[in-house]
Amino acid sequence: MTMLLFAMAALLAGAVAVLLLSRVGRNFSWLGAGAVVVASVLGCIPAVHVLLGGPVEQFRFPWPVPFGEFFIELDPLSAWFLLPTLLLSALAAIYGIGYLRPWQDRRFLGPVWFFYLLLVLGMMLVLLARNAVLFLFAWELMAVSSFFLVTFEHERQSVREAGWIYFVATHLGTAFLLAFFLLLARETGSMDFDVWAAKGILTDGLASVLFLLAIVGFGAKAGFMPLHVWLPEAHPAAPSHVSALMSGVMIKTGIYGLMRAFTFLGTPPLWWGWLLIGIGLTSGVLGVLFALAQHDLKRLLAYHSVENIGIIALGLGVGLLGMNTSSPMLMILGFGGALLHVVNHALFKGLLFLGAGAVAHGTGTREIDHLGGLLKRMPWTAAAFLIGAVAISGLPPLNGFVSEFLIFFGAFKGGVSTGGEIAVPLLALIAGLALIGGLAVACFTKAFGIVFLGEPRSEHVSRAHETGWTMRLPMLLLAAGCICIGLLAPIVVGALQTVLEAVTAQQSEIVGKNLADATGPLTFVTIGALAFLLLAAILILLRRRLLANRRVDESLTWGCGYPQPTARVQYTASSFAQPLTDLFRPLLGTKKILSLPRGLFPPAAALKTETPDLSREEMYRPMFERAGAWLSRLRWLQQGKVQLYVLYIAVTLLLLLAWKFQIWKP
Amino acid sequence: MNAASFIPLLLALVLSPLMPGVINRTKALFAGRRGPPLLQTYFDLWKLLQKGAVYSRTTSWLFRAGPIIGLAAALMAATLMPLGHLPALIAFPADFLLFAGLLGLMRFFTVVAALDTGSSFEGMGASREVFFSALTEPALFVALLTLARQTNSLSLSTMFASSNWLSSSIPALVPVLALAVIALMIVLLAENARIPVDDPNTHLELTMIHEVMVLDHGGPDFAFILYGAALKFWLFAALIVGMVLPETGNVWLNLSLAVGGMLLVAVIVGVIESIMARLRLVVVPQLLVGAGALATMAFLLSLSLK
Repeated sequence: MTMLLFAMAALLAGAVAVLLLSRVGRNFSWLGAGAVVVASVLGCIPAVHVLLGGPVEQFRFPWPVPFGEFFIELDPLSAWFLLPTLLLSALAAIYGIGYLRPWQDRRFLGPVWFFYLLLVLGMMLVLLARNAVLFLFAWELMAVSSFFLVTFEHERQSVREAGWIYFVATHLGTAFLLAFFLLLARETGSMDFDVWAAKGILTDGLASVLFLLAIVGFGAKAGFMPLHVWLPEAHPAAPSHVSALMSGVMIKTGIYGLMRAFTFLGTPPLWWGWLLIGIGLTSGVLGVLFALAQHDLKRLLAYHSVENIGIIALGLGVGLLGMNTSSPMLMILGFGGALLHVVNHALFKGLLFLGAGAVAHGTGTREIDHLGGLLKRMPWTAAAFLIGAVAISGLPPLNGFVSEFLIFFGAFKGGVSTGGEIAVPLLALIAGLALIGGLAVACFTKAFGIVFLGEPRSEHVSRAHETGWTMRLPMLLLAAGCICIGLLAPIVVGALQTVLEAVTAQQSEIVGKNLADATGPLTFVTIGALAFLLLAAILILLRRRLLANRRVDESLTWGCGYPQPTARVQYTASSFAQPLTDLFRPLLGTKKILSLPRGLFPPAAALKTETPDLSREEMYRPMFERAGAWLSRLRWLQQGKVQLYVLYIAVTLLLLLAWKFQIWKP
Repeated sequence: MNAASFIPLLLALVLSPLMPGVINRTKALFAGRRGPPLLQTYFDLWKLLQKGAVYSRTTSWLFRAGPIIGLAAALMAATLMPLGHLPALIAFPADFLLFAGLLGLMRFFTVVAALDTGSSFEGMGASREVFFSALTEPALFVALLTLARQTNSLSLSTMFASSNWLSSSIPALVPVLALAVIALMIVLLAENARIPVDDPNTHLELTMIHEVMVLDHGGPDFAFILYGAALKFWLFAALIVGMVLPETGNVWLNLSLAVGGMLLVAVIVGVIESIMARLRLVVVPQLLVGAGALATMAFLLSLSLK
């Protein structure tokens, strides 16, 4: 626990120092990044210790806030989320040194590092807090600091708009959380999480209300469809290392909150599991479909976060079905798959966002259709991005396959042995997850193939250059992480033991036995993966042997005999995705703006497609416009004079006093 | 793992190039032609392995990695497929997930290798490949779930060992089996680029899917691709044969029935290709979603049985 406090102190000290020093005139990126790395190392040690079965530690400190207490605890669930958070924070910070260099001469980088450090601190506190007031404080710290990071390039109109959407969305979510915590506090008479977990909620109706509040409040942060609207706006707007951090780990605090909430709410009714599987399928399928339709590389990745959150929700749904039927097998495979996917997604989505940042950094554009052939100019970035792309598609031998394997395995085991009320949602899960996997392959062959392969599609690419080592090293480490979890699957899944004991409240033998049921097959998966790599190596040698003394020529790509190909005839991202986006057009609402060639000597023809977010256009925009129109009647209150606002405060206080003394009573 | 479990793998390695020969012979028979020799694919493979190579200047190392990873994945998948009531070389609970994952990996790298050429034809093929395969995946998984539920086991080897549906005393099993087999048959046709989804014999790049993706490959690379494709066909056929094959009690009889069943699947594919035209591209999704719906119906029916 001392180490964790030191880690937080390091972040706070670093934040203050970097803010003050940057005013001196020089930039101290290394100081900011250094503080995060130190905090990360200090924080990872106790987290690993707890995960390996060390004692759960608490720290309480009186805090002069009503009902508040600085009460933090590191239990296995917190530790499991803390590890990827700290690791990715450190790697993204190192990347940030190189990424922010172009801005170095134009503006002070102090604030961006200050808020970055506060964001890391906020996430740490969210995961550790055990007092509702402290939790909400940390939640706001996280939301506000990430808002300032999203609006880093605030001179651009689109960035300001994205920041505003994020700000509104995150606070609407917080409002639901506030209601959630207040209801819990009223029911139990305490603000402490451990009291809530010990007492539990006994009335079914209240538990369901609390469950729904948690789904909306935490789901807005995690990005459940249709609460996801801020993700595809905020992630592309933020600097890439911040996008990596937000998409990789910050949205997972929503998943953490949801899992923590499950420990307060007692045995779930059946429909909770059905609902989460429904949310998972909606987010998963629609997330990947919207991703397919995007032209902006970072926007595409943002929609993929929605998809992956959907996969995590599917795992949680399986776990809830298990809790309902008290089947340890479903609980352990479902929650285990979800927890592992949290870590895996942090690795490969972090990697992909850093890769997208490197592409944007090198070429100056994120428009997929302007890129192409980058593999030859940025070989390291391309290789790392390829590993991330295979991993996120859930293919062996990388880590995405392992967590999806756990969820699939749980669903198949349940689908084989249970009655219809469990088997039918599991059937939907299996069909849906299979579809999501297939669509993810489509999406990432597009993203990788169009950006990195073929011929350059515009002059942006000719400027491209490989990134420096501060940007390359984090990507390579994350890629190595994807490979390691893929190949060491049985060991990694075995490490879920303590956290699953905490989440499912089962005895360690039961958890161990069910985990062994999963690690057994995963051992074979590892053997299979190694054999696959060996076979590939043998085939490489075989081809080298065969071609050793033969003619190997270089020539043009076959174009039906046409010898003057240009880069413009290549398939583009839009044309690659067109069959799928056409098929799912009712769900996507893709708009096509087509000007056909006319006449005998037609001038240029053009086709433009765009896929705005459907729930934003159809649901939130009308809703907010109506609310805006209605609220504008109150505009006379806003005069912009400070004196008037002071008066408002005074009047409000007077009214509150009147209420306090209950003057209307005799 | 025992010596006998090598037999399904060996049969797959040796006999898979025979399947295209059988299909083409069947088609020739229908058309009143003599057709190419049954062993034509073996000759082609042998010829290609003797050749040098030509690579496009646009391509990178990924273009060369595609055939290698594709064949390695197909070979690995072959070790998971049982045949004729003999267990596969590697069998474990949920091994079909690894099987499907390996085939997905094969597809991923075939597609990116195609995009590496910068050709619009190959981009077109790649686009259609990922389109159709995304829609077949649910049908495959749900059909496997149905089979797993009926046999109460999660490994391909034990599923097929205990699937003795034809001799089962429950008549209601027959529609379940029939629906699942039809779904898997459609999956086989789509995954292996056969009519009515894709036409392997067309002479126009615009109309092809799988063949156009590998246009630029030649020499040993193309041999790897051809062999990988033959293996993939064999594996899907083995999936169908494994579902319906009765257990006779005699190992040799089982095996010869299995090989006979595989040839029969090839003949059926040949017949389908002879009596049908390729569907229009916009109609194919309906067929594939239909396969998924059939598999779902099979599962829902099987719910009532147990």
